[in-house]
Amino acid sequence: MMFLGAIMTLLGAIFLFLGALGLIRMPDVYNRMQAGTKATTLGAMLFLLGVAIYNQEFSLWGKVILLILFIIFTNPIASHALARAAYKIKIPMTEKTVKDELAQDTYYFQDEEK
Amino acid sequence: MAEIIFNIAGIIALLALAMAFFRMIIGPTSVDRIVALDNMTIASVSLIVFFAVYLGRIIYVDVALVYALISFIGIIAIARYFERGL
Repeated sequence: MMFLGAIMTLLGAIFLFLGALGLIRMPDVYNRMQAGTKATTLGAMLFLLGVAIYNQEFSLWGKVILLILFIIFTNPIASHALARAAYKIKIPMTEKTVKDELAQDTYYFQDEEK
Repeated sequence: MAEIIFNIAGIIALLALAMAFFRMIIGPTSVDRIVALDNMTIASVSLIVFFAVYLGRIIYVDVALVYALISFIGIIAIARYFERGL
């Protein structure tokens, strides 16, 4: 049981590391956000579950499950708010961008016309 | 054997924290830095739980819980500030 927990912790740490690697290597704010958030969410879930399995103590489980639920709920919301703010203050995309469908949407520019 | 793998996992998570901190220093725009700060927060919460088990003090998990709450509210407030809504 300790061995399974250690393997799960190692997998979660590798996912955390890949998220940070994508944060460094991606060319753009939006790409960095997309690479960082999803890999980090999965990595944190695996890491916390692995630590709870490794510990073999019953008292840790409640708090760890609460923490995992909290990370699942809040991490996409924070990322979405940041992406919306980055688009609204017109941070430029990379040159390899093929299509920007949000630019044709008039909803995002409503308050500027007034 | 299990303890060695557990310690290697902690070292790799610490390396991920350092790489996100590097992006927070060199980030060209301010949103880059906040994205890196968000990633650093998740890695730090994982590392606090790791050290709570590593040092044998389960009470440190409460610190991770409160830190996740506070950082979420902080990120939302900074995003509102970037949109000039605050």
